[in-house]
Amino acid sequence: MKICVLVKQVPDAAVAKRIDPSTSRLDRSGETNLNPFDTHAIEAAMQLKEGGAIAVEEVVAVTMGPENAVRALHKAVSLGADRSVHLCDDGLVGSDVAATGYALAKVLEREKPDLVLLGQQSDDGECYTIGAVVADHLQMPSLTQVIKIDVEDGNLRCERQAEYGYDTVSVQIPAVISVGDAINEPRYPSLKAIMGAKKKPLDALGSADAGIDAAMVGADGSRVSCGDFKSPPAKGSGTIIEDEDTNETVEKIVAWLDERKLI
Amino acid sequence: MSATATATTISLDPLDFLNVRSLLSDEERLVQETVRNYVRDRVTPFIGAAYEAGEPLAHLPLELGELNLLGMHLEGYGCAGASAVAYGIACMELEAGDSGVRSFCSVQGSLAMYAIWAFGSEEQKQRWLPEMAAGRAIGCFGLTEPDAGSNPAGMRTHARRDGDDWILNGSKMWITNGSVAEIAVVWARTDEGVRGFLVPAGTPGFAAPVMHGKLSLRASITSELTFDDVRLPADAVLPGVSSLRGPLSCLNEARYGIVWGAAGAARACYEAALDYSINRKQFDKPIAGFQLTQKKLSEMAVAVNTSTLLALHLGRLKDQGILRTEHVSIGKMHNVRAALEVARSARSVLGANGITLEYPVMRHANNLESVFTYEGTDEMHTLIVGQAVTGLSAFA
Repeated sequence: MKICVLVKQVPDAAVAKRIDPSTSRLDRSGETNLNPFDTHAIEAAMQLKEGGAIAVEEVVAVTMGPENAVRALHKAVSLGADRSVHLCDDGLVGSDVAATGYALAKVLEREKPDLVLLGQQSDDGECYTIGAVVADHLQMPSLTQVIKIDVEDGNLRCERQAEYGYDTVSVQIPAVISVGDAINEPRYPSLKAIMGAKKKPLDALGSADAGIDAAMVGADGSRVSCGDFKSPPAKGSGTIIEDEDTNETVEKIVAWLDERKLI
Repeated sequence: MSATATATTISLDPLDFLNVRSLLSDEERLVQETVRNYVRDRVTPFIGAAYEAGEPLAHLPLELGELNLLGMHLEGYGCAGASAVAYGIACMELEAGDSGVRSFCSVQGSLAMYAIWAFGSEEQKQRWLPEMAAGRAIGCFGLTEPDAGSNPAGMRTHARRDGDDWILNGSKMWITNGSVAEIAVVWARTDEGVRGFLVPAGTPGFAAPVMHGKLSLRASITSELTFDDVRLPADAVLPGVSSLRGPLSCLNEARYGIVWGAAGAARACYEAALDYSINRKQFDKPIAGFQLTQKKLSEMAVAVNTSTLLALHLGRLKDQGILRTEHVSIGKMHNVRAALEVARSARSVLGANGITLEYPVMRHANNLESVFTYEGTDEMHTLIVGQAVTGLSAFA
């Protein structure tokens, strides 16, 4: 079995997100890092590989992004992936979700994975949809927001996070599964793994190498364009409950949560 | 003047004001992020209670071993073979958690493991280094004695030959990890000069009682080592050295890590003070808005950033193989002094809260009192630099 994990280089969580007015795109010039949700997808792949219930020959990290996205791949292989693929092409700049999903699917067609894993959302775009787009192009079943994966008779039995509780779904491979951060606790990369990351194979591909139709990607190939941007309204000051009598305080907090149907 | 000489679009990180991170390779950044996250998850939540109880964090040795942080700068025998800068960054992040955690790592890797790695026989290396790198065997390093601190040449612990065996007598003091160590690297006078001996725990005549009553490095074990006619086989001696050059070269490795570690402790105190001062309101505004507090915060920012730059510079020199012991003395002097000042200043910003274990500053301040003195006192490093710049020794 071969698992491909889709990963993305995103602005670091500590960096305040801002739209660059000149490009109408997210400003990605600051500190960047591997999308935290993707670390859970890599860990899920590693747990399948190490779990032994199904033989996993290879875990491949795949990304589409600019030159510096190679950092995301280095981190992905330090977390356990065996090798990585970097799709990088000026013609891809400005791709929307549908174009990005198409381009990634073209790379995955070359790899022929039995399972595609990815984080349920990127920490920058937060679209939650790449998995479904990729699955559609590959004609594979798609599951989203998965928080548990078990191997059962060669199929995967998954739990999907739902609004109340979770759904249990059995899926045949090959499949595309996006995972939630509740699925596992990603490991820390060991120092040897960090130092060995650059020694693991990395294939750099351009659009032509992957057989990508240039008309279907980039700003011109994207049908979604962003119009106006407004900053979110400033948050009002919260409600402060002074803790004078703890029983009363607890009642007030419970009432507050109850009013908002949060419990 | 060029219009591009200054960039206003790059945001300022208060904790890395000079963007020292931009001087690090991707690999070094990942080491920093990994150890920082580890400390955030596995040290910070537990260290206050451990400090109060006077006990080390029991989960550390094996976990640090899994991360390959023990003896990480050594080559082979299960060690990672990392660069000096990567090792330094790890020390910085560990000490941002607690000086005792970094001390554990320093003693295991730079003192005990380094001594075996540099001066041990192949059998000794094979026997001990992989186990120590994994954190399954803890080591300690016995050089300092009750009456021989800054002047190790005054040591009284001695070993004499008895047939093929050695008989070891004497005592060592202020030995980190002594009571929990499976193997002690002990330096003793012999007729052949100062030799290093590997003394396994449990050897008859060898005891390692814990030293109590410390108000500093409380989350780190400090012990006395006593040797009463301890009989050791011929292969217990480290064959590679028979002079003080042995232990002193180990200390130089450890001191280098302290240069970085102190910058980490300083950063943690500065971070706590900055956060507190922005959230703490008096006279209806954050105390960070008052001039006296801002002066303290600005000075902390300068100290933390210059210390980090200095540490990185020494690390680059070390990786080029041109770092001198006198350079390390400047680094240790400067960075530990700076860290102590930052810790004390941060304590004052936090007011009464600053003296509690709920915040890290007083813990760091107390720890740094030990760091100021161990691995070469501030005074000795001052005189080493003094000797280097004048050509005149003021201490021997």
